[in-house]
Amino acid sequence: MGLLDKKFENSNIIITSLEGVMNWARLCSLWQMSFGLACCAIEMMAASASHFDIMRFGVIPRPSPRQCDVMIVAGTVTLKMASRIRRLYEQMAEPRYVLSMGSCSNCGGPYWNYGYHVLKGVDRVIPVDVYIPGCPPRPEALLEGLMKLQEKVRSESLVEEKAA
Amino acid sequence: MALEPKEIYEKLQAAFPDISVEFDEAVPCIIVEPMKWKTVALFLRDADDLKFDSLMCLSGVDNGDGNLVSVCHLDSLAHRHKLTVKCVVPADDPKVESVEQVWRTADWHEREAYDLIGIEYVGHRDLRRILMPYDWTGHPLCKDYEVPEFYNGIKVPY
Amino acid sequence: MFDNSVTTREDIRDRGLRTEEMVLNMGPQHPSTHGVLRLELVLEGEIIRKVIPHIGYLHRCFEKHAENESYTQVIPYTDRMDYLASMNNNHGYALGIERLMGIEVPERVEYIRVIMAELQRIASHLVAIGTYGMDIGAFTPFLYCFRDREHILDIFEKTCGARLLYNYIWIGGVSHDVYPEFVKDVAEVVKILRPTIKELNDLLNYNKIFIDRTANVGVLPADVAINYGCTGPMLRGSGVNFDLRRDDPYSIYDRFEWEVRIGKGEAGTVGDCWDRHMVRVWEMEESCNIIEQALESFPEGDVHAAIPRRVRPPKGEIYVRVENPRGELGYYIISDGTGTPFRIKARAPGFSNLSVINEISQGHMVADIVAILGSIDIVLGEIDR
Repeated sequence: MGLLDKKFENSNIIITSLEGVMNWARLCSLWQMSFGLACCAIEMMAASASHFDIMRFGVIPRPSPRQCDVMIVAGTVTLKMASRIRRLYEQMAEPRYVLSMGSCSNCGGPYWNYGYHVLKGVDRVIPVDVYIPGCPPRPEALLEGLMKLQEKVRSESLVEEKAA
Repeated sequence: MALEPKEIYEKLQAAFPDISVEFDEAVPCIIVEPMKWKTVALFLRDADDLKFDSLMCLSGVDNGDGNLVSVCHLDSLAHRHKLTVKCVVPADDPKVESVEQVWRTADWHEREAYDLIGIEYVGHRDLRRILMPYDWTGHPLCKDYEVPEFYNGIKVPY
Repeated sequence: MFDNSVTTREDIRDRGLRTEEMVLNMGPQHPSTHGVLRLELVLEGEIIRKVIPHIGYLHRCFEKHAENESYTQVIPYTDRMDYLASMNNNHGYALGIERLMGIEVPERVEYIRVIMAELQRIASHLVAIGTYGMDIGAFTPFLYCFRDREHILDIFEKTCGARLLYNYIWIGGVSHDVYPEFVKDVAEVVKILRPTIKELNDLLNYNKIFIDRTANVGVLPADVAINYGCTGPMLRGSGVNFDLRRDDPYSIYDRFEWEVRIGKGEAGTVGDCWDRHMVRVWEMEESCNIIEQALESFPEGDVHAAIPRRVRPPKGEIYVRVENPRGELGYYIISDGTGTPFRIKARAPGFSNLSVINEISQGHMVADIVAILGSIDIVLGEIDR
């Protein structure tokens, strides 16, 4: 079974915080919503194919937003698509995270100036957790972004915030 | 047998004495009267020595001087010759006869030219916007187009 | 034996039952629409009566950008149109401007361009074949194809530093000369690729289940294909022997010996999904042939010699077309004599290829629409531009 196999002498109890276990479970099974928008989607596919194997981080592509934890916005979001992105985001169950992949979804990318039909940054319609720069980012950059997201999930707290 | 544009032009002149057909040496291309274009197109497609069976490209162009142009690039797989045909229309009344039923390629290309430039194709059976959302206003590839500030509550400029 | 004749609406009506058409929306977020295509399917039970495609969800205003940037700055935007075949897009655009300006490019540049374009064609077809397998339920070929594609991307990366969007073919030349071991590397990759194609045949293409899903599905007759402006593997899959590389030669394609492969209806009818798919597989072999011949006579020279210092084509217009992996990519370029194009219209192959979908999917089942769509091999980036 791996790391903890046959390491206990008589009982197998570990004491940790509930928070730690929950965050650990969450960050190791970030199911991804499998939908691509543009060029970056090809790099996202490359990341999930044999060479880069994103599944070793527990990222499994799921076609339905109801089953997903993380939405990777891979590519240019147009004005026609913006309302759909918003709706897909609303269909996801909480806790939900958004990875903005590539310059286009960060800020409009090369289309920032004359792109009359391009949304200048997906953060105008949905909140974004991690921005990955690049046009398109390499699959390694996507993995890096994913690890940043895992760090963020690891530091989450179950304790209610006190009003300041 | 492949024909030169000039020869095709002469054939058209002989076939349609009452339709205005001009020849532009510079490109070279043929300029046809917009509302008679479909008759000419059918002739171009069906005549045995022309046989333009494929429409490579149909583009709308805003000349910037008050004229819109609908440009067709034709190709014949049978005879291996090519032809460029233009229809020039004024921007305030941009009506061109549709050739969607002659070459089905023109269906989507005409919708695109309508969407982005604003040329109206008379006789097109399904002339809707194709690339822009259906509730968009204006034709963005016109030279005097101004990008709206908001679309459905979303800010458009950077 | 069971009765497998199709129940039609008339049969049902004869029995006094009321039927209704159902509208099913597929996409824009759907794993098998290869991006953001939305299909409105009008169904009668499971049978498709009409398909209404809605495109434009990735309209990135290429033509507007082309009117506002200088001629050289347009090249990166052509990259992003058909992002699986960036080299071919660059090639077509550069050819157009070179013809307008009357630039003669050095021999070495032509060879580099052809090798790059053919490598890109193989890479693009590998994605098409892999995702097509995945669409209709075979996951393994996808992994195999992407594994082999990485070899090609490594060569591109070593040459110009990018994996997907290269901005490599410039007007009058290429951005960098190839690296010293280029010829050796490409020869090696071709050696790796040839057995791959055989492997794909064993694994996927002649698989009984695959043939059952694709043969006799989405039959596109030759005359319909021509009338709808279908090009590339779509057209050749329907048995039309037409390839721009041979019939309207550009660059140096007329120097090489290779064959235009067409669909013959081996598994079913001519022009079905299987034929279109196999044309892509065969084309990969032919591309390997072209690359090998180009490597044999790869000349020396300066790749930057013909790059103009200022790109300012004379007043005029041109329609230039090249053979993309997906078909005929055309650029209609109008120059008004200044440093920015007056108008560029890109005629994307996928745009016309997709428009035929309503014609070829009527009467099929809902599950077949996925097979048909995959065999068209659309890239929304070039359809919407």
